[in-house]
Amino acid sequence: MPFANHPTSVPVTVDDEKCIAEKGCRVCIDVCPLDVLAINPASGKAHMKYDECWYCMPCEVDCPTGAVKVEIPYLLR
Amino acid sequence: MSEIKTEIVETDILVIGGGTGGPMAAIKAKEKNPGLKVVLMEKANVKRSGAVSMGMDGLNNAVIPGYATPEQYVKEITVANDGIVHQKAVMAYATGSYPMIQYLDSIGVKFEKDGSGEYNVRKVHHMGTYVLPMPEGHHVKKALYRQLRKHQVLVTNRYMATRLLNAPDGRIAGAMGVNTRTGEFLVVRAKSVILACGAAGRLGLPSSGYLFGTYENPANCGDGYAMAYHAGAGLANLECYQINPLIKDYNGPACAYVTGPFGGYTANNKGERFIECDYWSGQMMKEFYSELQSGNGPVFLNMTHLAEETISEIETILHSNERPSRGRFHENRGTNYREKMVEMHISEIGFCSGHSASGVWVDENARTTVDGLYAAGDMASVPHNYMLGAFVNGSIAGQDAADYCASTDLPAYDEADVAREQERVLAPTRRDDGLTPHEMEFKTRRLVNDYLQPPKVTAKYKIAQARFAEIREDLNALCVKDPHELMRALELQSILDCADMAAAASLYRTESRWGLYHWRVDHPATDNENWFCHTLLYKDEMGRMAHKKRAVDPYVVDIPEEEMGAYHQLRTPALAAE
Repeated sequence: MPFANHPTSVPVTVDDEKCIAEKGCRVCIDVCPLDVLAINPASGKAHMKYDECWYCMPCEVDCPTGAVKVEIPYLLR
Repeated sequence: MSEIKTEIVETDILVIGGGTGGPMAAIKAKEKNPGLKVVLMEKANVKRSGAVSMGMDGLNNAVIPGYATPEQYVKEITVANDGIVHQKAVMAYATGSYPMIQYLDSIGVKFEKDGSGEYNVRKVHHMGTYVLPMPEGHHVKKALYRQLRKHQVLVTNRYMATRLLNAPDGRIAGAMGVNTRTGEFLVVRAKSVILACGAAGRLGLPSSGYLFGTYENPANCGDGYAMAYHAGAGLANLECYQINPLIKDYNGPACAYVTGPFGGYTANNKGERFIECDYWSGQMMKEFYSELQSGNGPVFLNMTHLAEETISEIETILHSNERPSRGRFHENRGTNYREKMVEMHISEIGFCSGHSASGVWVDENARTTVDGLYAAGDMASVPHNYMLGAFVNGSIAGQDAADYCASTDLPAYDEADVAREQERVLAPTRRDDGLTPHEMEFKTRRLVNDYLQPPKVTAKYKIAQARFAEIREDLNALCVKDPHELMRALELQSILDCADMAAAASLYRTESRWGLYHWRVDHPATDNENWFCHTLLYKDEMGRMAHKKRAVDPYVVDIPEEEMGAYHQLRTPALAAE
């Protein structure tokens, strides 16, 4: 059974200019209760890998550089 | 994954779940006996896990001298639950409530106080006064984390417990977990295990269709209920569902609790009040449901009549604690509390004692029916417990478990159980194609909505059971690509277990009780002669789902007959007369 590729918009976005993941920062990835953030291998910065968001905001609030922004997922907006 | 990497750890107490009740259980066990080894296993990261990830905007059930007595509180909860309560456990909570508030205050959790430094308690419940706002309640998790460090609790983040281990004599012997990033296994041998895994909040499907747009933190998907069941524990009154009045689509609390004392109220589309009391009871939810069905819906939270300074204060509380993205949601839709009422809706179903009464059976010492196994918080059967209840009962569990450990050895376990569990857990990783956790979860939860959402119809429940059985067959095709998806695959299996338990428990109780929570259309009357009792669901020796009745223990606080109906008269008199 092949799998479909199903793109979807993501509610959490990271400003690559502000993200300091290259300095070893993993705060947003650590605090996410659903573990949906990860390092993007292409950019070396944090990104939302899985669209499984509770829009709870620790990633945004705890980010030391204000790089993370949480929007309400489109289906609920 | 040919060779399964497995680490084995030994401890005195294992706490599963690092949200609210779990950390408190760990802290209080260490306070009681600092010599004990206490491991706290958490699926996410204890810094920001659980239902109060972003703090809390208030205590809903504070029993503070001068405002309420433990006896009054026990009476209130007994009446709100149509009499089916284990009062000794409610009393243990009520007497522990004020000391816990003082303890939380001492570790840096902030509560609203008046000019003279007294707690500023407000009235929302039908009879007593129990609500204590926390305008700066966003630091709860930080305060807990400091105490975990101070008491040297050993924390394992990103390990998801999958099954408990029983000793040959049945008592608890530990638990197994899998790392949600690496797929490595952890076997924790323990004298005692405390389950604090939260509600089963990912059971029904939110009407938005977004799987994670739940009221509860979606990590609280019923793992604890499923693990307790498979370890042989009894689960109480699961048919008394959690159904909440929420902000439509956002699916977070509209917070009539918070706004009520300021003058906010629940209204129909004419802007009229239709219930006298916004306290979340089954009867209140039934009135809410009727209003939605009647043509008077939608239902709204109305604050448009309030003064500017009052609305500003409400915004500060609601937009900075518990669910702070709420402000963003309203802003997107142009909802300003000053001008527009907030549209509300009825939530999908779940299990949660925090808000109703569906939980793993525990007595007044937080003990389950399995020796050495405890449960606390939203997943334990002490009704209407909320955050403060999770703290108090977590504390009770931690202290009792510390005593239990002093008189027991580390139990043996069967290595074959571990091997079997590893096979079950890893099966979806061994397939190259098949069904994804996402589609299987969506379908399970969509069927929960279609067939289990009250009013409960017997014929629909039987169809649900048949469809759930088909999905269970489909588990043989479940396929995952990485450890993250494996976590979702395991969660799906807990969700399916909870769906089956919800259907079976509801069919067992052939009466209606608790308003909307257990409204059996085929058995519309409350039948006190046969059903004034708890129901316990458990796994029998043959591995089948079985049920029994448990008598309600003699009350410690008498309830006069005329007061038992207090929560049945919630409709405003003008509307009731129509």
